[in-house]
Amino acid sequence: MAIEVRVPTVLRQYTGGEKAVYAQGATVGAVLDELDRRHPGFKGQVLDDGQVRKFVNIYVNDEDIRYLGKLETLLQEGDVLSILPAVAGGGVA
Amino acid sequence: MVKLTAAQRQDIFAHALEGRPNEVCGLLGGREGRVHKVYRTRNKANSPVRYEIEPQDLIRCHLELEANDMELVGIYHSHVFSEAYPSNTDVRLAYYPDALYLLVSLMDDGNPILRAFRILKAQPTDERGEIAEVPIEVEAAEL
Repeated sequence: MAIEVRVPTVLRQYTGGEKAVYAQGATVGAVLDELDRRHPGFKGQVLDDGQVRKFVNIYVNDEDIRYLGKLETLLQEGDVLSILPAVAGGGVA
Repeated sequence: MVKLTAAQRQDIFAHALEGRPNEVCGLLGGREGRVHKVYRTRNKANSPVRYEIEPQDLIRCHLELEANDMELVGIYHSHVFSEAYPSNTDVRLAYYPDALYLLVSLMDDGNPILRAFRILKAQPTDERGEIAEVPIEVEAAEL
């Protein structure tokens, strides 16, 4: 089962410039493992110590995996996994 | 150059003023540097000095942009107590090199100021980067 993974601009240096890549996996974590095998270093940009990095959001279709099963979220044929960096910042106090 | 209508700029100012004392944030969808739609999003940080676009709003907007064949032209947020210029935090957390960063300053709330910048960093996780101001062209509202 190949899952489409949408890659943000800042991570495309790991995917040879590709905006979308395909990887096999039954869970979000398994897809990231597979991507990291093919694009070494990719997973380290998304996860830290086995958890999704603070300023990274991962979605299955339109749902944030934090509210699903996190990295254990099960995937089905046709699901699209999107990785979007947080949009954050702030002024001077 | 980024182009938006006077009405769109007014919408961004109104959002910023309504959100005081907290910062507000949103996304600008469009094509070829012209804004077609202003997306107000929720500020997950709920803070006068921090913003983070609510992740659920972020994906919703991205999917809508894609469905409408639009690009993420810009990301806007307000600075309630500081100037319309990217702060160190803004630069550190700038992960969208293709988008412009628009800042509204409410230091003089009777005269809000909007400016646009590109923030470029060698690596996404770099703390510092190059800030280049981009001119804003405000067009009269479409008839």
